[in-house]
Amino acid sequence: MTRATFKIWRGDTNGGELKEYNTDVVEGMVVLDAVHDIQSESANDLAVRWNCKAGKCGSCSAEINGMPRLMCMTRIGDLDLDQPVTVEPIKAFPPLRDLVTDVSWNYRVKEKIKPFKPRPPDAPDGTWRMDQADVDRVQEFRKCIECFLCQDVCHVLREHEKHDSFIGPRFIVYTAALEMHPLDTEDRLPELKVANGIGYCNITKCCTVVCPEHITITDNAIIPLKERVVDRFYDPLKRLFRAITGRKS
Amino acid sequence: MSDYRTIEHDVLVIGAGGAGLRAAIEASASGASVGLVCKSLLGKAHTVMAEGGMAASLANVDDRDDWSTHFADTMRGGQYLNNPRMAELHAKEAPDRVRELEAWGAVFDRTPDGRILQRNFGGHKYPRLAHVGDRTGLEMIRTLQDHGVHQGIDVHMECTVLRLIKDGDRVAGAFGYDRERGKFRVFRCNAIVMATGGIGRAFKVTSNSWEYTGDGHSLAYDAGADLLDMEFVQFHPTGMVWPPSVAGILVTEGVRGEGGVLRNSEGRRFMFDDIPDLYKHQTADNEEEGWRYTQGDKDARRPPELLTRDHVARCILREVREGRGSPHGGVFLDIAWIKDRIQDAPERIKRKLPSMYHQFKELAGIDITSEPMEVGPTTHYAMGGIRVDGDSQMSSVPGLFAAGECAAGLHGANRLGGNSLSDLLVFGKRAGEHAAAFAKDHGTTSADEGQIEDAARWALAPFERVDDGGGPYQVQATLQTRMQELVGIVRQENELREAVGVIGELRGQASKVGVRGNREYNPGWHTALDLHNLLIVSEAVARAALERKESRGAHCRIDYEGKDPEWGSKSIILRKGEDGGMEVSTQPTLELRDDLSQIIEENQA
Ligand code: SF4
Ligand code: SF4
Ligand code: FES
Repeated sequence: MTRATFKIWRGDTNGGELKEYNTDVVEGMVVLDAVHDIQSESANDLAVRWNCKAGKCGSCSAEINGMPRLMCMTRIGDLDLDQPVTVEPIKAFPPLRDLVTDVSWNYRVKEKIKPFKPRPPDAPDGTWRMDQADVDRVQEFRKCIECFLCQDVCHVLREHEKHDSFIGPRFIVYTAALEMHPLDTEDRLPELKVANGIGYCNITKCCTVVCPEHITITDNAIIPLKERVVDRFYDPLKRLFRAITGRKS
Repeated sequence: MSDYRTIEHDVLVIGAGGAGLRAAIEASASGASVGLVCKSLLGKAHTVMAEGGMAASLANVDDRDDWSTHFADTMRGGQYLNNPRMAELHAKEAPDRVRELEAWGAVFDRTPDGRILQRNFGGHKYPRLAHVGDRTGLEMIRTLQDHGVHQGIDVHMECTVLRLIKDGDRVAGAFGYDRERGKFRVFRCNAIVMATGGIGRAFKVTSNSWEYTGDGHSLAYDAGADLLDMEFVQFHPTGMVWPPSVAGILVTEGVRGEGGVLRNSEGRRFMFDDIPDLYKHQTADNEEEGWRYTQGDKDARRPPELLTRDHVARCILREVREGRGSPHGGVFLDIAWIKDRIQDAPERIKRKLPSMYHQFKELAGIDITSEPMEVGPTTHYAMGGIRVDGDSQMSSVPGLFAAGECAAGLHGANRLGGNSLSDLLVFGKRAGEHAAAFAKDHGTTSADEGQIEDAARWALAPFERVDDGGGPYQVQATLQTRMQELVGIVRQENELREAVGVIGELRGQASKVGVRGNREYNPGWHTALDLHNLLIVSEAVARAALERKESRGAHCRIDYEGKDPEWGSKSIILRKGEDGGMEVSTQPTLELRDDLSQIIEENQA
C-alpha cells in the first residue's frame, strides 16, 4: 500500500480550482477507485460520473495529468506517484460541477443527423442478407461508447470552439457508420460538407490517439468521408456521371 | 410549499435501458405522449454491459430450433417456477424483436450466407444467441437510442424518481429530482412503465453499476405492488476476481461458448464431476465431445461448462472452499488452450471476444490468448421483481406496468444467459403498448399536493441532519458486506435471520444519515436517498430466502438441500402491510396449459 496525492478540480459553472487529497492506493487500482475512496473518506459531495467501471459506458471521461482518459481504465500503477496526480473535467464542454461537464451539446448534434433508412428487405424471408466482410467496418464504428474523449481533444472544438459549425470526430464516426451501412439509402453528404463542417478537420489524428475503443477515426471514417465529399462536390466528371445515372456517390 | 417543476405525459417510462427504451418507442408509436426518465445520461444504462447476445429461435445456425424448444429450455432453466405465459410469449416473439432491431440499424455478426449469426449459450439446446462479438448490449442500447430519439419522446436525463404518486388505487405520477441542479420534478401521467433494472448494489461483489439499487422494485412496493420470487438472485459464475478493484466485473459466458474451459488448481475440469440429472442426457461426458459441440458439431452434446449459471457458480464455490481454487480465490477459465486445436487461435479469440481481450489486458495485465483468466461468482441478476400480468405487464397496482429485470416471472428460479436481452425487447414492447392503451382508456388522474409535500420533505431531510461521520457510504458498504456474507450463494436459517436483523438496524442508521454540501450534483445526498430502496430490496431477498425451505435454481439452502416438490408449485409474495412492515405470503404458481405442458414433456427426451 502507498499513500498517493491527487489534485482534483473542484468547482462549478462559476469556476473552481484544484484541491489536494491523499488516499491509500494498492496494486491494480484505477483512478476511478481512488476518486471513489476520496469521495467516501473526505469529500462526500465530490461529483463524478460513472456507470460500468469496465470501459464500456463512456461515462467517466476526464483529463488525468492533462491526458483525456477514462478514469476506470487508467491504472494507478501506470502513473508517476512521486508527483500529485491531477484529475480534471474534460475541457471541450462547460463544467457543471467538479468532474462533471455539460455534454448535452453532443446529444443535440446527434439528433440532427439523419437517421438510418434501410432499403426494403430483399431476401425471400422478408429480411436482408449481409456479408460479414461488408459489415466489419461499420462494426468498428459501432464500438463507440460515446465517451466524447475524441471531441475533447479535437482542437477545432477545444481551442477554436467551432461547436456551431463542426460536429466533431465522434459524429463523423457516427455518420460514417450510417453512410457505410450496407442497407442504408439516406444521403448525408450535403450536410457533412456544409452544416457539419467536415472541412474543418485537418487530420491531426489526435482523436484516433485517445479513442479508448481503438477506432481508427481518421483513417477509416474521416478520410473516406472527406473523399466522398470531394468526389461529389468538387469532381466535375463524377458530377456529370451522377447527373446522368442518378446514383448516390 | 416546496418548489418543483411539473411535467405532463400520457405515459411515463422510468429507466432507459433496453426495456425502458423499447417501451417508450412502443408507447409513442401508439400515439401517447411519452416521457423517459434516465438515472444517468441516455445510452449509459446497464444494458451496455450485456455481452453474450439475445436469445431468439431464428434457427439460422441450426434449423431444428423453434419457439417451443426455446420455451422448454427457459422453463427447465427456471425450474418450472416461471410464469408459463411469459415464457411462451417470450419464445414466440423474440425472433421478431431481433429482426426489428436489424431494421432499425443494428449490425449483428453474420452467418456465411449473410444471415444473423447465433452462438451457443448455457441451457440453450441450440445455438440461439444473436450477437455482435461480445458487445451485444451496447449494440442494442445504441440502436434503440438512435431510433428512439427520432420518435418524439421527451427524455429526462440524470433524473432520479423517489416516489410514485397515486390517485386512489391508480398511479398518477412520480416525484423526483434532477442530478444537475438537485431541483424537484413532478411528473403527472396516466400510466407508468417501470424499467429500472436490478438490485446488484445490495451486494458487495457485483457486476452491476451504482444505479442498480432496486429503485423500481421499491417504488412499486411502496405504492402497494406485489414483489415475487425475490429469493432468486443470480450469481454469475464468472466475474473477475483480480485485481481487487475490478472484482465482480463480468466475464461473458461467451468465453465458454467459444470453447473456454474451467479448471481448478490441479488442472482438472471439475465441471465433469457433477452433472445434474435434469441435464445428463444433453451434456457431454468427455472433453472431446464437448469441444466438438462448441465447434458446431450438431451431433455432439454440450460441455458441462455450459450448464446453467446457478449450478456452475456452486461448483466453482465448492472448488474454492475445498482448497482447489486459484491464487486469488477463484478458479481458472482458459480459452488460450484452443490453440492446441485450431491454427489461428489468438486471432479468433480477439475477433470473437474483443472486449474480454481488452478488459483483461487493460485491467489485469493478462493476455487471454496465452494465459488463463481467474474467475469467481458475482452478483448479476434478480430473477424476482414486480409481479405482473403475463400479457400486459401490468402490476397489481392499476396503471403501473413493469418490464425487464425489475419485473418478475419469465425466468423463474434461474435465468438462462441470453434470455435477458430478448426479455427487455419482448416485454418492453408489450408494456409500452399496454401502458399507452391504459392511459387512453382510463383518462386523466389527479393527485393531492400532500403526497408531493411529503416526498419533498423526506428528500431534503438528510441536509438537516448532522453528518456525524457515519455517512451514507458507510451504511451502504456495511449493507453490501453483510448481504454478501449472510444472503449470498449458499444460505441458512440462522444467517438469514441475522440478515433481517442487520437490515433493521441499518434502516435505523440510514434514517439518521446526514449529508454535506448543496443539492447540485451531490453524490453523498443521492447515496443517502438510494439507501431506502437498497434496504427494501435487501429485506425482500432475505425474507423470501428465509421462507423458501428448499434449494432450487439460484436459491441454495444448506439446511434444506435439494428440491422439495411441494415448494415446486409455490411462489413467494412480498407486500407492504398496513403497518408499513413487510408481509410474506405464498401463492400457487400459475396453471400450465395442456399444450405447453406437452411441449415440456416432448423436450424432456
Ligand atoms: S483528426 Fe480531425 S477530427 Fe480528429 S482531432 Fe484532428 S482535427 Fe479533430
Ligand atoms: S469515437 Fe472513440 S473517443 Fe470518440 S466518443 Fe467514440 S469511443 Fe469515445
Ligand atoms: S465507468 Fe463506464 S467507461 Fe468508465
